[in-house]
Amino acid sequence: MITLDDYLFVSAALFAVGVYGLVTKRNAMRLVFSVEMLINAANINFIAFNRYLWPAALGQTLVLFSIALAAGEAAVILAVVVVAYRMHDDVDVSELKSLGG
Amino acid sequence: MVDINDIAFLGMAAVVIGGAISALEAKEIVYGAIGLAFSFFGVAGLFFLLDSPFVAVFQITVYIGAVAVLILFTVMLVREGRWMRDSLGSLERLVGILTAVVLAASFALAFAASDLLKSAEQSTPPSFVGIGQFIAGPFAPALELLALVLAAAILGAMMLAKVERKDRP
Repeated sequence: MITLDDYLFVSAALFAVGVYGLVTKRNAMRLVFSVEMLINAANINFIAFNRYLWPAALGQTLVLFSIALAAGEAAVILAVVVVAYRMHDDVDVSELKSLGG
Repeated sequence: MVDINDIAFLGMAAVVIGGAISALEAKEIVYGAIGLAFSFFGVAGLFFLLDSPFVAVFQITVYIGAVAVLILFTVMLVREGRWMRDSLGSLERLVGILTAVVLAASFALAFAASDLLKSAEQSTPPSFVGIGQFIAGPFAPALELLALVLAAAILGAMMLAKVERKDRP
């Protein structure tokens, strides 16, 4: 029998993998992957809590908004990656200093 | 007794975590992007198991249909040997793995200590009719705002690409 805990464990594991990527990776594309994983882990939590603890579809509505926002955010980040690649021929984020003050 | 739902859950969880790990650890970033798409698909499967088919279909449409394809497109656009390198010392990797393990363990301990989760029982699933009622009712201003945010994101992405082309001969 699958309980709420099991979904939360999967979500926590996905979150931990995303944080591992954010901490270790220097490649901009891998950082985009990590951020998407964090958003997905949060979405799993929303849906699981909504299914087990709340009779209305409030969590599902919030996840729809979250997915739409994540799509817009991914579009902007990927545009920045393409621009950075054209300017520097490199996507190592520790080499990108031109945004610093 | 082994339920079919349990097997489906375990399979989807394995797809989610395996896809996420391969997205970060694959040598070629193209393979990493495909692993990320598999991870998104596993999340959509979890949504189906949680009786939220509308959100699951939305996840497949937006994440696999748009975001994963956009990521693959970007990876192939800027694909060169130099940017594929992934210099990573063993100390960095160790620190990262330690951080992830500590984080996951603290989450697990918090879940185990919570009383709320033990009393949680599956009731009747919330109907997706409620999503429309929420969006048309109390979330209507948020929907308008979201449309503006998406328009701003698209315009911003286009402007970024255009300005760069102009000042580079």
